[in-house]
Amino acid sequence: MTTPTSMTCRTLVELLTDYLEDALPDDERVLLEAHLAECEACTRYLAQVRTTIRLTGMLREEDLAPDAREALLGVYRAWRTS
Amino acid sequence: MLVERYQPVMLRIARMYVPSRAVAEEVVQEAWVGVLKGLAGFEGRSSLRTWILRIVTNVAKTRGARESRSTPFSSVWSAEGDEPVVELERFLSREHANAGAWAVAPAAWETVPEERLLSRETLAAIGEAIDALPPNQREVIRLRDVLGWTSQEVCNALDIGETNQRVLLHRARGKVRRALERTLDPEAAS
Repeated sequence: MTTPTSMTCRTLVELLTDYLEDALPDDERVLLEAHLAECEACTRYLAQVRTTIRLTGMLREEDLAPDAREALLGVYRAWRTS
Repeated sequence: MLVERYQPVMLRIARMYVPSRAVAEEVVQEAWVGVLKGLAGFEGRSSLRTWILRIVTNVAKTRGARESRSTPFSSVWSAEGDEPVVELERFLSREHANAGAWAVAPAAWETVPEERLLSRETLAAIGEAIDALPPNQREVIRLRDVLGWTSQEVCNALDIGETNQRVLLHRARGKVRRALERTLDPEAAS
């Protein structure tokens, strides 16, 4: 059971970006850090996210498809006809 | 020099709001005129880059609204409706005492050799995952994590709120992490 004094792994995962962006309210940040201190699985998950950010930073702008933006046109057309 | 440096990102931003590349090019032209007119009065309260991109965003939004003659294209920036960043099956379900905990812990990527992390294959997987994102998520992760902009710069340039920016970044990073997991640890990834 989740009580206001604890946080599940599933919840932590969804709050992680807010945590990394320093945008969590204090009470939630305290719960999240307490959970991390005791949960190896979530600590690993956090490390995976940090690795993801670090490796994404290794990409050069040219590594991304220049015309992947064509996909936007599809979104736009779908929106206009809806 | 300024033009060469900013043209690609200006075009990309313009394309978020208008229906064709041709219109986007007109928007960028018009934005440059605005930049030239405003340059003398530029007070340096933001970086030049932020200021230029804000101009192109404003021109593109105005033009986009005119082109569609109805609601502005900004609905593309809505962060509504997407799946969780980690599949629900990866967590214990309600009938377990420890519901919401990881069913199987994620792998420790610290044990993956650095050469493998930085390999062409791994970086290509990240690039492909980013290319496959919805445009709004793609633009946010590109600016934040590829180009290293701050959240404030991204919010200003794209004219989106901080909460929205974080939601888009969260979803984008979540999908890139999953793609990495499929590459590094195919058995864990579903």
